[in-house]
Amino acid sequence: MSFLDYFKGKKTSTASVAKERLQIIVAHERGQRDQPDYLPKLQQELLEVIRKYVQISDDMVQVEVDRNESCSVLELNVTLPER
Amino acid sequence: MARIIVVTSGKGGVGKTTTSASISTGLAKRGHKTVVIDFDVGLRNLDLIMNCERRVVYDFVNVIQGEASLNQALIRDKRVDTLYILPASQTREKEALTKEGVEKVINELSETFDYIVCDSPAGIEHGALMALYYADEAVVVTNPEVSSVRDSDRILGILQSKSRRAEMGQDPVKEHLLLTRYNPDRVEKGEMLSVGDVEEILAIPLLGVIPESQVVLNASNQGLPVILEAESDAGQAYDDAVGRLLGEDREHRFMTAQKKGFFSRMFKGG
Repeated sequence: MSFLDYFKGKKTSTASVAKERLQIIVAHERGQRDQPDYLPKLQQELLEVIRKYVQISDDMVQVEVDRNESCSVLELNVTLPER
Repeated sequence: MARIIVVTSGKGGVGKTTTSASISTGLAKRGHKTVVIDFDVGLRNLDLIMNCERRVVYDFVNVIQGEASLNQALIRDKRVDTLYILPASQTREKEALTKEGVEKVINELSETFDYIVCDSPAGIEHGALMALYYADEAVVVTNPEVSSVRDSDRILGILQSKSRRAEMGQDPVKEHLLLTRYNPDRVEKGEMLSVGDVEEILAIPLLGVIPESQVVLNASNQGLPVILEAESDAGQAYDDAVGRLLGEDREHRFMTAQKKGFFSRMFKGG
């Protein structure tokens, strides 16, 4: 920090930007890490089935597995295009 | 039974080989019979860092394929007589490191050695997976920098799912964070992630912090494990890390910026 910075007040440091970005990406990637291997393929096949009826883009189907203590829930989110 | 320690990181160039050389030398200096294995087939460099590049006759792959015995391939260190190096092959395909072959060599080494240090190649491909597969403990070498921290987290996920301990449902691989190339001055200026930041993100116990130091390059230029530079900050930081690995209680050092005088503080600039 230079002499003048004492008066201007601190800018957000690049280190804190780095920390915030890392916390987000690492949390996201850890979430994916625990998912079963078949999810991407399942998502792809679901897309193909839905596309037989409705035209949707890749990001409009989201598949996730939520693990609870006693059971797992397969969560399927399909966004349909506006008519 | 030997303790098997993998030195890994995901990202390249963060100091895995430097760390493998220093940790194995440190363990051996304390009288533990130690072998350090280079798993980087095709890009071996541990021999250069340990100053035995001209003494390599047979390598890890030769032993796996039965072309040489372990005793023929092991190179005894000239400085510490309880330390041995098993060099990687420079000419073979990475796939020459089969799971069975690596297991055979590690089992044989386990009979006579106290510590087996596995120097992993960068990446998460075959060589890196083989280096960590049989590990009891992992030293995850990380720089205080975004890509290195992210890759370390990735390698932690692999340790928790693809190691032998994970596959067999045994106790998990014991993880240690080693933060290298740490620059306390830049941390103080808010330009570098702090030890606390990295610990918070990776959430594994801290083994040590190695300060960024010119001594490291000077040591590798000469093929000297930096831990043998006993007067240097980096050498002492590695020695502390080895102590902690052996269960000693060592206070962390070299983590704060050197105190500057009033004038240099005021007129430092930028």
